[in-house]
Amino acid sequence: MRRLTRLRAAADTKGAPYLFIAPFFLLFGVFGLFPLLYTAWVSLHDWSLIGGNEGFAGLDNYARLLSDEKFWNALVNTLGIFAVAVVPQLMLALLLADTLNRAIRGRGLFRMALIIPYVTSIAAMAIVFSTLFGTEFGLVNQVLGTVGIEPVNWRGGRFSSWAAIAVMIDWRWVGYNTLIYLAAMQAVPRDLYEAAALDGASRMRQFFQITIPMLRPTILFTVIVSTIGQMQLFTEPAVFDTGGAMQGGTQGQFQTVMMLVFQEAFRYGDYGYGAAISWVLFWIIVALGAVNALLARTIKGAP
Amino acid sequence: MTTPSATAPRAPRSAPARRPGRSPLQRRLRALRRAAPLTYVGLLLAVFVSVFPLWWMFVIATRTTDAASRFPPVLLPGDRFDDNVARLFGEASANFGTGLLNSFISAGTVAVSVVLFCSMAGFALAKLRFKGRDFFTVAVVLTMAVPVQVGIVPLLVLMEWLGWRGELQAVIVPFLVSGFGVFMMRQYVSQGVPDELLEAARIDGCSTFRTYWSVVLPALRPAMTVLGLLTFMTVWNEYVWAIAVLTPDNPTVQFSINQLQESAYARDFALMFTGATLATLPLLILFVLLGRQLVGRIMEGAIKA
Repeated sequence: MRRLTRLRAAADTKGAPYLFIAPFFLLFGVFGLFPLLYTAWVSLHDWSLIGGNEGFAGLDNYARLLSDEKFWNALVNTLGIFAVAVVPQLMLALLLADTLNRAIRGRGLFRMALIIPYVTSIAAMAIVFSTLFGTEFGLVNQVLGTVGIEPVNWRGGRFSSWAAIAVMIDWRWVGYNTLIYLAAMQAVPRDLYEAAALDGASRMRQFFQITIPMLRPTILFTVIVSTIGQMQLFTEPAVFDTGGAMQGGTQGQFQTVMMLVFQEAFRYGDYGYGAAISWVLFWIIVALGAVNALLARTIKGAP
Repeated sequence: MTTPSATAPRAPRSAPARRPGRSPLQRRLRALRRAAPLTYVGLLLAVFVSVFPLWWMFVIATRTTDAASRFPPVLLPGDRFDDNVARLFGEASANFGTGLLNSFISAGTVAVSVVLFCSMAGFALAKLRFKGRDFFTVAVVLTMAVPVQVGIVPLLVLMEWLGWRGELQAVIVPFLVSGFGVFMMRQYVSQGVPDELLEAARIDGCSTFRTYWSVVLPALRPAMTVLGLLTFMTVWNEYVWAIAVLTPDNPTVQFSINQLQESAYARDFALMFTGATLATLPLLILFVLLGRQLVGRIMEGAIKA
């Protein structure tokens, strides 16, 4: 009897850890890793919604991709929207965090208010912003009209549509990044500021010479997170579009790579080509992540 | 405690002996850090920008469509909310009632599952001793860096094989675990559950599962709440996958919104904004209940990163 108990206890210590991690690794393997790797396989085939797998195609899908203007257009759009969105987003967040790091009354309330956009429904808010950026009656154009600016066709132009989409993204993420920066700022040793103040450094100088350098790892972290997220940008431009064709405007001026994947694979039923675009996107994200990580190492290595 | 700043050790202040001019300096420092009235104006402006689109969405949802194009903007709610909601639920192509229900079911199920499975794995990786533990820990971190959403095309093929296309489990089962969740739970277990407690449970003859259930889980409750909230939000917001795999007769709320927008009703702002409001409301209610914990978690995560 006692031996049996001991055996059971031994089996428990040996086996239980694996049982505990098994659900995660099994489910991730089947629904995360497998589809990802299988993307490469599908991309090497003529594979369609109707016909299924119609045989090995070699690198045909990739050859098509290289000469497909729509792919390059979507890539430029994705990177462009990212650039237009991320710079003001991080600068605003730094500014707000620095402000909240002062002796502010009701700091807790401000923090809560700034994080509200983060907990909203993305598609719902994209509908609201699409209305705000309407050409004829949109609130943004009406406000601009009061200072004499002609109505902007936000969806029509390349840069104007990027700007409108960037506003939607930044509306959601500025508060979130503000909180992250604020936390990092609160961890900066006060001594540094005291010493700087003793040397007569102004607030502005303290911000640029102490706060920013001390926050570099955090800033880099937020840049990496936004890069990975925004390379897959889909919801905001898809809702901003009219008609749901994933066209990204009449000339595809704001079609992102994920929208193109969706259009080719699910609207046109060309799984093979959709998979090829996804696989290239995957490696672009990995490469951007590696560049960021390398940058992080260089910065950490610097004195 | 919601903010780590309150608990985190402050950097030691310099000894007063070494700084004879301390008190005027301190005064100057405080003056430097004190906020000018203009600062409050700036902050209030930021709050206004954060809240205005939400408020305006609600206002239009309580009025007729022409209110959306009026200038200066309408800022007070009207009395048409009931009408609009009734109209919305009567809109067959959007199937909004089913959409809301399906979203609650899928987001709720996934939230419970992620919390459970991730806390199990997190506990094992933080506290149990077994061969390959370091390997599995690194593997979890790597899964976080991999953008799995990119595998959307084969995932759809997989759903076709399983016969799940258009079924609700298609938006549930692929999301039942998350690498981020495991990582977060591992952090909390290693910091929040003392080894002595686990040792005591073992001496009392608790099996590993029993220890997890009655010692680890109770200690993790705050972290589990936040992970559950974040997961619920993510699944509730899932858009691209929902419109790829589901069908109009069995939508989630995001799919319903997409239907509203794609249909001829795209010009019916009152209807669309009512849908948007109902899609946002559950998240806002959760935020009112759990917002403080959420803010605390985001800030804590920042320090660890």
